[in-house]
Amino acid sequence: MAEPLLRVEKLVRRFGGIIATDNVSLDVAAGELHAIIGPNGAGKTTLISQLTGHLAPHAGSVSLAGRDITYLPAYRRCALGLARSFQITSLLLDFTAADNVALAAQAHAGTSFRFFADARKEKGLRDAAHAALDRVGLAHRADVLVSKLSHGERRQIELAVALASKPKLLLLDEPMAGLGVTESQGMVKLLQELRKEVSIVLVEHDMPAVFALADRISVLVYGRVIASGDPAAIRANEDVKRAYLGDQHVVTHHG
Amino acid sequence: MKSFTVSKAVTALMLAGLVLLPLYSQVSGNIFILTLFTRIVILALAAASLNLIMGFGGMMSFGHAAYLGIGGYAVGMLAQEGVGSGWIQFPVALAASATYALVIGALSLRTRGVYFIMITLAFAQMAYYVASGLARYGGDDGLTVYKRSDFSGLINLGNRTQFYYLCLACLLGVIFLIWRIVNSRFGLVVQGLRSNEQRMQAIGFPAKRYQLVCFVISGTMCGLAGALLANNTDFVSPAVMYWTRSGDLMVMVILGGMGTLFGPIMGAVVFLLLEEFLSQITEYWALIMGPLLLLIVLFGRGGIMGMLGRAGRG
Repeated sequence: MAEPLLRVEKLVRRFGGIIATDNVSLDVAAGELHAIIGPNGAGKTTLISQLTGHLAPHAGSVSLAGRDITYLPAYRRCALGLARSFQITSLLLDFTAADNVALAAQAHAGTSFRFFADARKEKGLRDAAHAALDRVGLAHRADVLVSKLSHGERRQIELAVALASKPKLLLLDEPMAGLGVTESQGMVKLLQELRKEVSIVLVEHDMPAVFALADRISVLVYGRVIASGDPAAIRANEDVKRAYLGDQHVVTHHG
Repeated sequence: MKSFTVSKAVTALMLAGLVLLPLYSQVSGNIFILTLFTRIVILALAAASLNLIMGFGGMMSFGHAAYLGIGGYAVGMLAQEGVGSGWIQFPVALAASATYALVIGALSLRTRGVYFIMITLAFAQMAYYVASGLARYGGDDGLTVYKRSDFSGLINLGNRTQFYYLCLACLLGVIFLIWRIVNSRFGLVVQGLRSNEQRMQAIGFPAKRYQLVCFVISGTMCGLAGALLANNTDFVSPAVMYWTRSGDLMVMVILGGMGTLFGPIMGAVVFLLLEEFLSQITEYWALIMGPLLLLIVLFGRGGIMGMLGRAGRG
């Protein structure tokens, strides 16, 4: 068996008395699009934050391509090929779209302790930024300040920023959040394309999108993975149905 | 091609004025104005260095005057000990400031927001009390610098005009460096951190390392201002490090326009000229100055540079 690209083992994170991540284990194979779904408050964002290094787990481990990254800071994980998008758009608002993306490219192209040469004239970085913007269909908005872009466009920039770091694994935290129907469809199409190039962990509420995209789905309820499998198996799973019908009580006493 | 704007015109006018000032002083026989403007140029240099961390880096340091003291005491103490050469005094002043910035920065940058403001303030006050306790170097009363830094005949700091041009050259040199820095890879990272630290960490930048280097660069630049200031007044005392002086520098930066290249010069010129002329009119000049500054900060977002920018568009 090949080593999975991402392996999460028995991860535990508590907030006071609440166990937000309860013994979560999951594997993401290279080339896979692995979706994580679950009702509100299931601990999806808490889990993602531990994968990206913004939150430290209390127990368990996370490894990327065989390397233990459980306690590495966010910027080191990024250097190892882990990129993320934020659920709530988190960009440099007073920078242009191109600057936002070029900075991500810069982080992976040699030292940034260069004090004299104009970084906006570095052709390599600018080209990488434009390529990533082009990829998400926003090349024509490159020189616009992010604060002047629409919500949908900012979601796309989030993706372009993640892509510009040439990641092995992309963690997408609700990329469809707040998008209109047409924008959502566009995003699904874009993700269809991207999954051919990069492994993706997708946290998403939009069920049609998840079932259209995912190779495998893990269902998180009250911090626990109650089911994991391909879309057809998840659709047929009784526990999952109960969780989504709102009878979470049953699920908490499960297993 | 960038077009003509009001703020550029005013900036150019101000710079031309600063360059030609000694000529005016000579022709009109007004020596006082040259002395006043030497002080303005030196404090503009200090404000510009503060602007690098405050305006571009988003680090609200409330202890920047400490570097004025460190640079000044380096010159004064060496002079007292018989080392009069500027070739030694100035590098020591810069190195001492850089070292202080490195230590203070490493400790302060563990905190954010109000705590960062308070801790930088606390360290500067500590420096103030340390200087007050230096009995050998005048303690509370300060230290008279009997001989200005000697640059082996290359430039005579005792000559008012030469000294003024040295200060102006230092100011413009520092502005040039800041201009290069803020557009460099390093500068974009530092400004990115000001804008959104979490995002910058997520794309792979360790925040503190960049902020600390920026903090040290800024402190070193301000140490230069300190060394010049001691030469200008032939005197250095703990008072240059007092927290009100740090506050003055912050006001100059905010008044001129945070995060703009020439804003701090503008701010220093306006602030110190106002102070000078109001204090000639009345003893209670601070009563006029305070509300005036308040109005500009409240209603002129982006300081003078911001207002000029809007005037250019409007």
